[in-house]
Amino acid sequence: MSFKVIVCAKQVPDTNEIKIDPVTKTLIREGVPSILNHDDANALEEALGIKDRFPDTHITVLTMGPPQAKYMLKQCMAMGADEGILVSDRALGGSDTWATSNALAAAIEKIGSFDLIFAGRQAIDGDTAQVGPQLAEKLGIPQVTYVKEFHMEEDRKCMVVKRALEDGYEKIRIKPPCLLTAIKELNDPRHMSIYGIAGLRAKQIPLWNAKDIEVPLDTVGLEASPTNVYRSFTPRPKGKGMIINAKNDAEAVRELLGQLKEKHIL
Amino acid sequence: MAVVILNDKCKGCKLCLKACPFDAIEMVDKVVVINEKCTACNLCAASCPFGAIVKTENKEGPVDLTAYKDVWVYAEQRGGKLMNVALELLGEGKRLASEIAGTAKVCAVLVGDNIESLAKDCFEYGADQVYLIEDPLLASFTTDGYTKVIVDAVKKYKPEIVLYGATHIGRDLAPRVAARLNTGLTADCTRLDVKVSSYMDYAVHHTTLDVSTLDPTSEDTGLKQTRPAFGGNLMATIVCPRTRPQMATVRPGVMQKRERQEVVFGELVRVKSQLSEADIRTEVLEIVKSAKEMISLTDAEVVCSGGRGLGDPSGFELMKALAEKVGGVVGSSRAAVDAGWIDHSHQVGQTGTTVKPKIYFACGISGAIQHLAGMQSSDIIIAINKDPNAPIFEVADYGIVGDLYKVVPLLIEQWDA
Repeated sequence: MSFKVIVCAKQVPDTNEIKIDPVTKTLIREGVPSILNHDDANALEEALGIKDRFPDTHITVLTMGPPQAKYMLKQCMAMGADEGILVSDRALGGSDTWATSNALAAAIEKIGSFDLIFAGRQAIDGDTAQVGPQLAEKLGIPQVTYVKEFHMEEDRKCMVVKRALEDGYEKIRIKPPCLLTAIKELNDPRHMSIYGIAGLRAKQIPLWNAKDIEVPLDTVGLEASPTNVYRSFTPRPKGKGMIINAKNDAEAVRELLGQLKEKHIL
Repeated sequence: MAVVILNDKCKGCKLCLKACPFDAIEMVDKVVVINEKCTACNLCAASCPFGAIVKTENKEGPVDLTAYKDVWVYAEQRGGKLMNVALELLGEGKRLASEIAGTAKVCAVLVGDNIESLAKDCFEYGADQVYLIEDPLLASFTTDGYTKVIVDAVKKYKPEIVLYGATHIGRDLAPRVAARLNTGLTADCTRLDVKVSSYMDYAVHHTTLDVSTLDPTSEDTGLKQTRPAFGGNLMATIVCPRTRPQMATVRPGVMQKRERQEVVFGELVRVKSQLSEADIRTEVLEIVKSAKEMISLTDAEVVCSGGRGLGDPSGFELMKALAEKVGGVVGSSRAAVDAGWIDHSHQVGQTGTTVKPKIYFACGISGAIQHLAGMQSSDIIIAINKDPNAPIFEVADYGIVGDLYKVVPLLIEQWDA
């Protein structure tokens, strides 16, 4: 009796690498690499840890995105996932978290049975942390978010996890099928293995469109999403910097403290 | 709502390709085509010199949203203690309610067991009404239990707006509630507006947004929810036009709580919980408060942050010494956390904590957008960095270009002088 894990992952632009053009105040997107979202790598690593311990574990990585997201799936498979599935369709474009969870839920129903869904807490391009819980709701399964420690019982009928809180943690027992979301503290994701990379040539990545996953078109995409973008803009830098010019560091510090006292900040 | 290219006007100049943060525009046969990555953010339309890109507003169906009224605040409590963000949201909720209509109320939703005494706090911080949902099964937070009772209450009383703190609990609960109610939810908001005129006022003073397309006399009272996106590189204002309630999580430390008013009474509404044990599918075995000192970055008056420029983990000893001297707490950039030099709980920024202390020291922090997003509303920002071109100097009130290992010890030495 194998244990089936679905890992939900997203290919994201590395937002750390994005800079704002100082003149036009627009984003400079050129040269920004697309990467496997950090928290999702932690989710995959934990699934791979289950597979290390129970070799009959089967890991499917599911993603929704543009066609090039298949490269991210290949990376996941080279790390050790058994298969990758890409859901891609223009009809799904512009989906907010509600609509995205509808599409993912439909894809998971097509995949069939599962014991555990592991996702990252949030993606670095949107930072909403909403798709995980909303997917769990659509599938009618319980969830634990912010998982920082994971333990599976020997019989695989029960898991005990630690859920991070701002000032501590909760220890929670949960039974499969369920959905967990991973944070950075959970583990250190492994690298791709040579063996895994070599094995990629023999593997195909299925590409499913909206029709394949049989999702009602009035529940996905931009038009169906309950939230819409009203306006967007780049933040305005505070921009009133004053560099303290002084002969030496000691002078500079004295000048700084003088300024702070003068303005009654100290 | 969608962005449409007018093919006859498009000259193929590719300016919009550069303007698009989502890589959602491609060139096909010398004209541009919008692909599925489009989120209708509209930045391309602003970039087009030929007026070839237009945004089509949704045709509003005859959806009756008028049955929904009042602003609800999920008054998060842990172990019988109200979270600070709940009080902040009551203050903000009061402001929003007054923008909606004179009759709209701000209501606190208290969920737990034996927590009636907290209702008084809610009233004193601005709640007109408190919905109290008590049940022994709600003694500690569970996603299943709390989702069910809140969804039941929303269906019964129909609030127009529901706000949650963007805490680890709020961000677990709110998406689940929104999905069950099939309504929209906006995460981690830093600004909320109801009236177009107040949104414009905000936009003019704090953003680069061109407000000429907005009508200050508009009767639109939909909630305009502004949040950082794209790692803080972009701000987006989100609306939820067709479904109710409109729901948002709001970052702690961003909104203002009101002055406590003694002896204020409001209406207490007891809501009967319909919960049974079978509804709750997780078991909370224990709740552990972290033994390490509780770093309340949010409440700190002075924050002393270090970044990659510290060079190694020992640099945080210097930060600690500075913090002790000036009565502050230690913060850090994401780079220092990623390097493993300090725990994530110290991280300031888009994916860490938002702070607005009286004084923010940024030592060896270059000033990545994601960091700026979490600290740029500090009263005074003091940056110390070797690199005179570091972006942190653009937001700093005072900057010292120099070696932090020389400057900071001098600062500690001279502080009381």
